[in-house]
Amino acid sequence: MTYFKEIASGFWSLLMGMAVTIRYFVKPVVTVQYPRQKIEMSPAYRGYPRLLLDAETQTHRCIACEMCARICPSQLISVAGTKLPGAKQKVPYTYVHEHYYCSLCGLCVEVCPTTALEYSREYRLACFRREDAVIDHLTLLQERQQAAGLPPTPIPTAAEIAAAAAAEAAAREAREKEAAAKAAQAKAAKPAQAPEEAKPPKAPPEEVKE
Amino acid sequence: MIIGLIGVMALVAVNALFLIWMERKVSAHMQLRLGPMEVGPHGAVQTVADALKLMGKELITPEEVDRPVFRLAPIVIFLPVLLSFLVIPFSRTLIIKDLNVGIVLILAFSTLAVLAILMAGWSSNNKYAVFGAIRSVAQNIAYEIPLLITVMSVILMVGSFKLSDIVAAQGSYWFILVQPLAFILFITCATAETNRAPFDLPEAESELVAGFHTEYTGMRFALFFLAEYTNMFITSAVAAVLFLGGWQGPILPGVIWFLLKVYALIFLMMWFRWTFPRVRFDQLITLAWKVLIPLAFANLLITALVMKLR
Repeated sequence: MTYFKEIASGFWSLLMGMAVTIRYFVKPVVTVQYPRQKIEMSPAYRGYPRLLLDAETQTHRCIACEMCARICPSQLISVAGTKLPGAKQKVPYTYVHEHYYCSLCGLCVEVCPTTALEYSREYRLACFRREDAVIDHLTLLQERQQAAGLPPTPIPTAAEIAAAAAAEAAAREAREKEAAAKAAQAKAAKPAQAPEEAKPPKAPPEEVKE
Repeated sequence: MIIGLIGVMALVAVNALFLIWMERKVSAHMQLRLGPMEVGPHGAVQTVADALKLMGKELITPEEVDRPVFRLAPIVIFLPVLLSFLVIPFSRTLIIKDLNVGIVLILAFSTLAVLAILMAGWSSNNKYAVFGAIRSVAQNIAYEIPLLITVMSVILMVGSFKLSDIVAAQGSYWFILVQPLAFILFITCATAETNRAPFDLPEAESELVAGFHTEYTGMRFALFFLAEYTNMFITSAVAAVLFLGGWQGPILPGVIWFLLKVYALIFLMMWFRWTFPRVRFDQLITLAWKVLIPLAFANLLITALVMKLR
């Protein structure tokens, strides 16, 4: 009797196995045809760092403080910023990430004082030339803004940068002149005072600009 | 006859190309993959590309093989497969030669495959090839017995070895309805006879490299492959003739019905392959001698009794 029972139960188990495979056969496939199809990565995915698009101001939050460039262990971030006339903070005019050196450690994202960086969810980074892996964050941000229908953040042009630098230099010169005049006035007014007071006021440390 | 031969050659080639593609697609979808997608629409021309690659490969004959036997084996496995097409009734009229011993001829020729596998394994001078060949012989002898007995029970009902008679006898109902056990036994034995998983011990790639065709390359290897897939077609065709009414069917022409049934049975065999793990050797022999043969005999006895009493 056990003989027939074994045959029956064995046959039943075979049928059950076949039911499982046929169910999988009609399920939708999970394969993504890599170069042609794209999937949305999970929010926890840590791709290359990129500028965060602030939903409120519709632009980035970067103040060109260069903290990210300093902390980067591979020294692959180059940031430079300028203070445009009338603005309170500096804005970056170059922000380039040489991604082929990047180890995706995420220190730049951690260190940013204004949380201007985020991890992108882009995983398809294959390219044919080394130069293709250089990410220009400001133009990338403009593209993303255009894609989202937002006004692109202008990148300061060379003329604007030069003008801003000239204005700053002029302002500094004016400040120095004023300080010097003040000091001379003070010297002339009280020549008999203590000599330590006669010292010229400390000039602000010269900023070396190339 | 010549036209028939050319037609059969074309059918063998197209069938093998299609079956390899189909197997890859079926296996892929059972594992939630896509399978070949690159060459042609949904990878349909992938096997043509593979076949061209195989034809371009060098025919390596390893040192110290038994040269004549080594070269003969792929031909010996392929020829009987080709000859079996002689008697298969594709439709009422489309049959090359309607022999009155048709089913016996197919069974006799399918046995020759064992000889070819033994030749290939033995002449290769390779221990894995010999193991594969030995297993194949033990397996085929064990599974031929229940296969023949189940075929006998159908022949008892018809009273003829002629395949066209067997099909004609199923005009009102298919024999699968009265012989379900025989159908299950036949499909099991056919899977074993064609050396397909879960009975693919002769070529068990995870144990024996590739079994009996380990040392074969290029077109010689392709002939073994071609023979395997054509064998699948033939055993499915025989099963369709014996149990599913051959070319019988409403509306559609007979050839279409026949091919539909054959490919449905081939799909069933592929379904087996991607569901069941390979059996162990003792399980294989136990299944044949302790389960299949007694059941086949019981089925034959009951059929004979019913036929006598009716």
